[in-house]
Amino acid sequence: MHFAFDENQLEFRSQLRALTDKSCTPADIREAWASERGWSPSRWAALAEMGVLGLTVPENYDGLGLGLVDLVLLLEEAGRSGLPEPLLETTALAVPVLRDAGGAGAEQRRARWLGAIAAGDAVVAVGTASMPAVPGAGRADLLLLERGGELHAVEAAATRQTARRSLDGSRRPAEVAWEPAPATLLASGGDAVGVLASLADRAAMGTGAVLLGVADRLITMTAAYAVERVQFGRPIGSFQAVKHHLANALIRLEFARPAVYRSAWSLDHGDPEASRHASMAKALAADAATGAARMALQVHGAIGYTEEHDVQLWMKRAWSLAAAWGDAPTHRARVLERILGAGGH
Amino acid sequence: MEWDSIVAEYLAVCQIRRAMDLLFTDAQDEFRHQVRRWLEANVPSEARGTGPLRSLDTAEGFEAHRLWERTMYDARWSVVSWPAEFGGRGVGLMEWLIFEEEYYRAAAPTRVSQNGIFLLAPTLFEFGTPEQQARFLPSMASGEVIWCQGWSEPDAGSDLAGIRSRAERAGGSAGADASASGGWVLNGQKTWCSRGAFAHWLFGLFRTDPAAQKHRGLTYFLVPMDAPGVTVRPIAQLDGETGFAEVFFEDVSVPENQVLGTVDQGWSVAMATAGSERGLSLRSPARYTEAAGRLLSLYRQRAERDPVAARRVADAVARAVIDAEAYKLHTYWTATRVLDGGSVGPEASMNKVFWSETDLAIYEAALALLGEEAELFGADGHPSSWLDGFLFALAGPIYAGTNEIQRNVVAERVLGLPRV
Ligand SMILES: Cc1cc2nc3c(=O)[nH]c(=O)nc-3n(C[C@H](O)[C@H](O)[C@H](O)COP(=O)(O)OP(=O)(O)OC[C@H]3O[C@@H](n4cnc5c(N)ncnc54)[C@H](O)[C@@H]3O)c2cc1C
Repeated sequence: MHFAFDENQLEFRSQLRALTDKSCTPADIREAWASERGWSPSRWAALAEMGVLGLTVPENYDGLGLGLVDLVLLLEEAGRSGLPEPLLETTALAVPVLRDAGGAGAEQRRARWLGAIAAGDAVVAVGTASMPAVPGAGRADLLLLERGGELHAVEAAATRQTARRSLDGSRRPAEVAWEPAPATLLASGGDAVGVLASLADRAAMGTGAVLLGVADRLITMTAAYAVERVQFGRPIGSFQAVKHHLANALIRLEFARPAVYRSAWSLDHGDPEASRHASMAKALAADAATGAARMALQVHGAIGYTEEHDVQLWMKRAWSLAAAWGDAPTHRARVLERILGAGGH
Repeated sequence: MEWDSIVAEYLAVCQIRRAMDLLFTDAQDEFRHQVRRWLEANVPSEARGTGPLRSLDTAEGFEAHRLWERTMYDARWSVVSWPAEFGGRGVGLMEWLIFEEEYYRAAAPTRVSQNGIFLLAPTLFEFGTPEQQARFLPSMASGEVIWCQGWSEPDAGSDLAGIRSRAERAGGSAGADASASGGWVLNGQKTWCSRGAFAHWLFGLFRTDPAAQKHRGLTYFLVPMDAPGVTVRPIAQLDGETGFAEVFFEDVSVPENQVLGTVDQGWSVAMATAGSERGLSLRSPARYTEAAGRLLSLYRQRAERDPVAARRVADAVARAVIDAEAYKLHTYWTATRVLDGGSVGPEASMNKVFWSETDLAIYEAALALLGEEAELFGADGHPSSWLDGFLFALAGPIYAGTNEIQRNVVAERVLGLPRV
């Protein structure tokens, strides 16, 4: 038992943090949210150069061939920095689907897309049947889409999209109309069930990891504000009601963290309980983040209720990612079901 | 082999050792099995006619629990993490956590010696003289001497540094600089001492320099409860049992060698004890994961009988189960940090809030499942284990420093908010 990250993993996070500290400031995030694409191609290129985009791409396709334990701190960092680019969707969702789905044409598909993804030249979006809109569909070159128990890989040009505005300006969801064809089939039957199940687990862990970073940023920003803002002649952070709001948020975050890291490890190691671990991770991280968002708004007062103040950027991400890929109550119900077995209520 | 490749191989091995690994080693698994086998053969049980023991807060139950401590001690299982010379096995933090998991899995008796072995002992290891360690640790490990904690006073609860019970130099000269080694005389009152009704010794804080600032001028004393001038008045707790007591001191003589740490430096010694109380050692995660497992069984039973009623509580059950596991993971995370040379500071206060609230959440969910049955006592005239556990869990947010105080600590010392 050694529940800690190794030096390479910590170092990778430091590198990403150095990049985001420089080129992902709140002003940069606002610019991305206001832009047509919702993100910055130059930042995307920088991420590719660092090796982040190819982290989960196998080495023979010019990636780093690493796992989710190597990725999880970077996802957390994406949340902390408010990174508008689809790091989670690319590294934790799309790449492993392309990598793992078998079937006809799988090898060509990998050759066509994986290297391009690692190089930052291709972007892939993922949409399941239950999603009302596919996040990032408009900027994707390829869409991995589920319908009727099948998974298809459809090029963007072959889809018709209706963009939907959404709360978090970097999500960029669109309703996608498309036709399945034999040539687009990625997985069906038991193969598709397996691919979709592990996709859902990675998504629960991955959204959880980003949410840890979001909660962390909300707490740090709010603690700083509480020291600086003076009312009744003293910093509001000296009032106990404010202290306790912040302490509670931090406690929820600190006890969610190891659960998310464990989930990444379980997925990497094919732990038979990996699904349950992923649901636990998401349930804890989603509550930590939405709780931190409520707290952050309350402690900021009216200034937090404006578009002008930066705290909104992280609050909105908390709300959208907490609901994405199953919210906390959904995942708690899954945990209970998995423990009690099918037929347990 | 080329030198380069030897180096490369060595580096690769280091890398592997540092990598995240959530499995136990073979040696740890073997240790677990050893513990399990011994507990299976020895834990007092109904089947063997040796259990369950009466509550440790009754005179009879207290003795039965001491006997159990003795049985464990004789097989060297009572204090596995201590050095062998004091009756332990010198195992590490992970092995201690494994021991605890097995202990709770086996539904073994509550540790009547917990205030000693989990709170005082770490402080004795840190601040005690070799003589004090040799004198007090073995009898603590064997259950021969049961310790209670004498900190709180009627007017000093959360504001612990406000204690008034005092210790004066025998013969009248006061303060740390008095060179006389004639010992001390204690006067005053302590209260809420867990196990105080039956305990043999007390570790307490007394004011030795009344002129000093509040947190200075306190000294940590080790006092036998049968010393002349000590009077104990048991207090019935919420569950009707005498789980704690008031202790009065009237001119109680204590020799110099029963001061733990430095005279007038008792506050820092006490904070070390409090760190153990809130941090890793008092409440190991197995306590909650086992209770969560029982909650799941209860849920299953209830869901079979009345699915609609059970489903009403499903989210609360899932929350409690998840939080218990989150606490366990956080403990392994922290234990790894400690083993890698890190330390636990004010973050221990987060731990204390989390375990106490998780405990309560487990029992609240259980009582919600039981509905109107929850209040009923069993045929034996005692509350059900759920009701009993609920009553005990209610104390968690109060003892070991209330959760409000812990939140203050988290806000001020972890998040850096102004004290004012
Ligand atoms: C079951 C049980 C066992 C115990 N065992 C022992 C023992 O073995 N030895 C021992 O010495 N003590 C023991 N205690 C006592 C325990 O340490 C105290 O109860 C605790 O420190 C709180 O003190 P108090 O009860 O006087 O409450 P108070 O300090 O009077 O507090 C009352 C309320 O006011 C709040 N409050 C007080 N100050 C602040 C503040 N600054 N900010 C915000 N809120 C505040 C508290 O959080 C609490 O909610 C035990 C208590 C219980 C319930």
